[in-house]
Amino acid sequence: MSTIKMLLQREFWENKGGFLWAPIGAGSAFLALSFMGAIAGEVLGRKSGVFVNGVNISGIAEKAGDQEIQQLGAGLDLAMLMAAGWPMIALGFVVFFYCLSSLYDERKDRSVLFWKSLPISDTATVISKALSATLVAPLISGGVAILVGFAFLLIPSFWLVLHGANPWTLVFGPASPTQVAGTILLGIPVYALWALPTVGWLMLISVWAKSKPFLWAVLIPVFAGIFVSWFDIMMAFDLDSTWFWKNIVARTLTSVFPSTDLIFLHDGFDRIEINGPEDLRSLLSWQSSLNTLASLHTWIGATAGLAMIALATRLRRWRDDN
Amino acid sequence: MNAPVISARGLRKRYKGQDALAGTDFDIPRGRIVGLIGPNGAGKTTALKAMLGLIPFEGQLSVLGLDPRTQRDALMRDVCFIADVAVLPRWISVGQAIDFVEGVHPKFDRRKCQAYLAKTKLTPKMKVKQMSKGMIVQMHLALVMSIDAKLLVLDEPTLGLDIIYRKQFYQDLLEQYFDEEKTILITTHQVEEVEHILSDLLFIRDGRISLAASMEDVGERFSEVMVAPGLIEQARALKPLDERQVFGKFVCLFDGVPRAQLQELGEVRTPGVADLFVATMKGTYQ
Repeated sequence: MSTIKMLLQREFWENKGGFLWAPIGAGSAFLALSFMGAIAGEVLGRKSGVFVNGVNISGIAEKAGDQEIQQLGAGLDLAMLMAAGWPMIALGFVVFFYCLSSLYDERKDRSVLFWKSLPISDTATVISKALSATLVAPLISGGVAILVGFAFLLIPSFWLVLHGANPWTLVFGPASPTQVAGTILLGIPVYALWALPTVGWLMLISVWAKSKPFLWAVLIPVFAGIFVSWFDIMMAFDLDSTWFWKNIVARTLTSVFPSTDLIFLHDGFDRIEINGPEDLRSLLSWQSSLNTLASLHTWIGATAGLAMIALATRLRRWRDDN
Repeated sequence: MNAPVISARGLRKRYKGQDALAGTDFDIPRGRIVGLIGPNGAGKTTALKAMLGLIPFEGQLSVLGLDPRTQRDALMRDVCFIADVAVLPRWISVGQAIDFVEGVHPKFDRRKCQAYLAKTKLTPKMKVKQMSKGMIVQMHLALVMSIDAKLLVLDEPTLGLDIIYRKQFYQDLLEQYFDEEKTILITTHQVEEVEHILSDLLFIRDGRISLAASMEDVGERFSEVMVAPGLIEQARALKPLDERQVFGKFVCLFDGVPRAQLQELGEVRTPGVADLFVATMKGTYQ
């Protein structure tokens, strides 16, 4: 157990840039842009006098009805989620490239000979890398995302204070930031489960490829897709090739990007009706996470991912620097 | 007690249709410093990798009583190795490396490591990528010497180092690490630098052991004679392993010819390992 802890620590040391600084960078960049946007808006607003629908801002709180406040809350939650989305997008790229190099770089720089000179089993090594990809990195990104979300709500708050309105009644009252934070946190174990097929595939290529792991990782599923489409192989299973592209190719390569489960399980965004912020808000809620958990698709993918991770462990046994 | 630390029987490994190890047999006793010496491509590294459980192979091989193929995890608790100098991960710092090895190795002694590092210019915050090759070796050696292993395997540990680091390396190894409970196995090209610390020699050629002897045996078996003028035909009749000319004089190397007999031919001395190596490996690259 202490070995696993040490191995996780080692993965963090090596990948601090990706695990910690990438989500912080993405979040900060978004916050900085939003803040500059707010200032620009303020400057423009000053020139013309700030009125929304002819009512001065400080009056909005009293004039707004329950429904407006509710819509405002949903809008703010959504904005917070969008802000929090930036570190999570960074996470997708970080996990993708982390997995792809996880068992390849150590052979390329020959440090595998150092790691293998210590009493650490291949199983412990591979597990520590899979855990780093599915839990450590997402937890850090999730934490950063929550902080970025909160920080983002501060921008309208400051603006309101500047205009003599109370941010408690207009921002933190209607919005439900703790719920948003909870949604993000609950999303992490779901993400871990959902990302497994891609994590497993990339780690498998990472341990197997003698060179150019990225090309192998992408080209094998894509060519499989082309092959399947060309010969209409899926007909044999009463399925069309779109099924293969979606459930094999796309699932193998894109599952490490957070919230791809929503696109998959809703069969694309076309079937989702979005008439207002509330609908989008409910799509990005904890119920959606539970939906993902309840789907058989998720568990089949996770099983396939675990199988590939187990295979990667076996392959690492006889891999050295050659 | 005296069971060999490493015992190989019919050790065989093929790479792309060529035998890297061609049914090799050897034993390495406990408490020895063994030099595994051979020309390029003779199978040295393959033999080491087999012992360390890094590659699959055929035949029998027992290291500390374990089979490296199936019991590698247990084996690595008692075996350490330095495979070349450039294998420490470049991102790691001295402090992290110490923390890491302490965290995963039950036989690592942190204080020993720090005491050793205190004698170098290395500081805890220093990263491998900022170090010179010599410093990386110092760090690796510090880590390895602080592990109370039964077998230490060194594959060309001083390749690419200047002579000061090389001398220091072997001196530290001998003075601060080695004792009669430990066994050290070294492969190197720089034979002259290790010969005074070796207790045993294993010459390997074309995947086979061509000579296995302790240094005492080498002294008894092999003799080098500076043949007196006019006696060269007599010397040749005794079938020297090798003859070469030094300043117009013939120097002949004999295997198993009694010294008393050789003394009649000229001045006799024990050959250096390098001379012995060159003599026994003649024709390797032809």
